[in-house]
Amino acid sequence: MSEAATIHAEEHHDYLGAKLGMWLFLLTEVLLFSGLFIAYSYMRARYPVDFHHAGGELNAVIGVANTFVLLTSSLTMALAIVAIQRGERGRSLLCLGITMFLGVVFLVDKAIEWTSEFRHGNYPGAHHLAAQPPGEQVFFGLYFTMTGLHGVHVIAGLLVLAIMTVLVARGRIDRDRFILLENTGLYWHLVDVIWIFLLPLFYLAA
Amino acid sequence: MSEPQMELEAHDHPGYGVFFIVWAVLLVLTTLLVLLSRTGQDAAVWGLMIITPLKAALVFYFFMHLRYEGLLLKGVVTVALGTLLIFFALLFSDVAFR
Repeated sequence: MSEAATIHAEEHHDYLGAKLGMWLFLLTEVLLFSGLFIAYSYMRARYPVDFHHAGGELNAVIGVANTFVLLTSSLTMALAIVAIQRGERGRSLLCLGITMFLGVVFLVDKAIEWTSEFRHGNYPGAHHLAAQPPGEQVFFGLYFTMTGLHGVHVIAGLLVLAIMTVLVARGRIDRDRFILLENTGLYWHLVDVIWIFLLPLFYLAA
Repeated sequence: MSEPQMELEAHDHPGYGVFFIVWAVLLVLTTLLVLLSRTGQDAAVWGLMIITPLKAALVFYFFMHLRYEGLLLKGVVTVALGTLLIFFALLFSDVAFR
């Protein structure tokens, strides 16, 4: 094989660069949600009583259950990466499958919760909510915006996880080339971190 | 990537056990947070201010592998989150003294 052909056949890998790029992206995600956290903090300081009443209408059991679901999915995600680093492809695929299943469980729980709030008329634009104090209207506006944006991130994470599962199954991700899976894990864990903050903000300390 | 780097990374891979321990601690902290919130509003807010960042730090440090990263990544994340913390502090001080 000629030298030119050899160079062409080699894939370029930059492990640190890929990871640094992912972290920079994740930090922009943190800033995105931080703007909403700041909006929440300011409004909570302005309408403490209304936020307390509105928070009491949410289903804390589902919120806490979803926290356990996401924390467990973070565990299986981390285990999937350990498995691939050790060359245990089958175990990695199993962990990825469990992670995606738990992600779907989270979304189903969220759908049940949102449906309940819709039935009670606690959504922006509803006649019932329009008759409530302004603080409660702001609370539910923030609730749907922040949990909705988080839900979109869960869906995006599930799609990427599905692609990674295919890549692992085909051997494109293995013990020597696992940065794609590791970066996917970083994204999934960040989604978990955001929920860790959303739980007390809306369900416990409002 | 140079060979020594590859070697270092291969040795630095964490095992399964540490993640199970961190997961268990996260579950315990979540339970503690829920129990605290049931004792009253103030306790819930203290739980939010102390336990929640602790949980997030555990995820960042262990699940997101920051523990095993070099100074560059640790520095980037610390500077970004530190700057964010300053902005939050400025906001809260502004709200508190209005």
